[in-house]
Amino acid sequence: MKDASPAKPYALHLGVIALLFALSFVLPDYHHGLLARIMVLAVFAMGYNMLFGYVGLLSLGHAMFFAAGLYGAGLAVIHLGWSVPTAFASGVVCGAVLSLVIGVLALRTSGVAFMIVTMMFAQVFYLVILYFASWTGGDQGMVVPQPARVLTFGATSLDLTNPIVRYMSALTLFSVVLLITLAVVRSRYGRVLVAIRENEERTKMLGYDTFSNKLAAVIMSGTICAASGAAYALLFGYVGSSFASVQYSILPLLWVLLGGGATTLGPLIGTLFMYYVVDITSGYTSAYLLIVGIALILLVLFFPKGILGTIRHRWLAWLP
Amino acid sequence: MMPLLTTKGLSRNFGGLRAVDNVDFALMPGEIRAVIGPNGAGKTTFVSLVSGRIQPSSGMVVFDGADITNLPAYARVRLGVAYTFQITSVFANLSVYDNVALPVQRTLTDGRSKGAVQAGVMAALERTGLADRTHMLAGQLSYGHQRLLEVAMGLALKPRLLILDEPTQGLADSEIDNFIELVREIAKSATVLLIEHNMPVVMQLADRITVFNAGRILAEGTPEQIRANTEVQDAYLGATHG
Ligand SMILES: Nc1ncnc2c1ncn2[C@@H]1O[C@H](COP(=O)(O)OP(=O)(O)O)[C@@H](O)[C@H]1O
Ligand SMILES: [Mg+2]
Repeated sequence: MKDASPAKPYALHLGVIALLFALSFVLPDYHHGLLARIMVLAVFAMGYNMLFGYVGLLSLGHAMFFAAGLYGAGLAVIHLGWSVPTAFASGVVCGAVLSLVIGVLALRTSGVAFMIVTMMFAQVFYLVILYFASWTGGDQGMVVPQPARVLTFGATSLDLTNPIVRYMSALTLFSVVLLITLAVVRSRYGRVLVAIRENEERTKMLGYDTFSNKLAAVIMSGTICAASGAAYALLFGYVGSSFASVQYSILPLLWVLLGGGATTLGPLIGTLFMYYVVDITSGYTSAYLLIVGIALILLVLFFPKGILGTIRHRWLAWLP
Repeated sequence: MMPLLTTKGLSRNFGGLRAVDNVDFALMPGEIRAVIGPNGAGKTTFVSLVSGRIQPSSGMVVFDGADITNLPAYARVRLGVAYTFQITSVFANLSVYDNVALPVQRTLTDGRSKGAVQAGVMAALERTGLADRTHMLAGQLSYGHQRLLEVAMGLALKPRLLILDEPTQGLADSEIDNFIELVREIAKSATVLLIEHNMPVVMQLADRITVFNAGRILAEGTPEQIRANTEVQDAYLGATHG
């Protein structure tokens, strides 16, 4: 944001991507699979962070964007027999269209009303999925059959159920979204988004149409979340209504709070951290959610800026 | 010559209170116009109607020959109407640089200026004497410097009309002298509408003065005419006469 040299942030982000790439060759199977899933969900968190972290709009309905991608891709494969790339595109387009509509309606409100309105829309979306159970599989969900999850380019084909292919696909999506996020937040547009978060009234009086800027941010955020959902359907082969439930609207908020809102790498760190805390504690006790809850409360009390936000505040002011 | 700004029958009610009452006002290009009047006279409400921050109950606002009454505030800014807040409202958590980069990049997008953001930012900061504080957070500046930053942001918008709402409030005397120079400098390229309580500042700067009282224009004229006006003295200057 400060027009500092771009070299350091880009080097850091490329380093993180390189590290994730290298981990693919050393991680044991279990962690390898888990990390692929975490990378896809970190994309969800990055999309959420775009709106919550940078624009300061707290949505409680982002599960609907993830689910739009999940079902947009999953239903296209299952019912229409579309190929993997077109199904992925279908999921992304569904998310873009939905976020445009939701943005236009929900941005008439702000603050608590915005939280409630987004939550209500997500609830409607969830009920619609249950209502059309004959197509969506209702609360049972649907499995995307293995033969449909193969990418073919002429003679070569890539099986997305193969762990390495899956990991590398997840990493590719993650990397693209991470670099897009970095470019956006360092751009002039990113500066306007932060200005809206800090003082919308003042931003208007500097000549900015804040409604349009917020709408663009909602669409960008919703589309990224849909890309995550579409990838989830195609890589992990399950399309289920639980992903549209309120729990999946709250999770990205927690991941972002944990990792650090308005930091580009915070969503990855938060998602990673939460997954491993759940993973480790559930090995010891069935009350693992209690431990997770306590961890979160401690975090919000003592590190309100999240892990990376605290690091940036104390030591590394140049972190984007 | 055509006025840069005119208002016709401009009014604004807050509940039963008529904060701005049927104001006809005209401002010539290149002028420095001071607006004075007791607290609660409706000065801030009046300029808020001009800048589009609030909507009028009735009447119209014409800028450079075009009716802008129904334009949203951001569109008026793009036409060249810049407003600096009475209550300092810089972006406290952003750097001084980013505060000024926002208006600079706006004028670049609108094609009202050319060049790099960096050059525009440094030009505005140099004019206001803040160039050595570029990377400080705006919230860490002294109050006087925050007022100057507010002016720098207004300047960076390349305004044709710059509205300053009590800019010297809370400034030290030494800062006020610099400020008078700055406004003279700004007035070479923009029309200035200055709400001001400090009478020496008004008398030094203003080409003409408009006096507000209870939402209406009580008097208007050159500084000498206003000084001699007994009605104004009763309402505002508080001087005993006769
Ligand atoms: N948003 C508002 N709501 C209700 N009353 C207001 C509002 N803004 C201003 N007023 C009232 O309008 C009158 C004029 O206020 P203002 O324009 O701020 O005066 P001035 O700037 O000349 O001191 C005052 O009586 C004030 O209390
Ligand atoms: Mg006032």
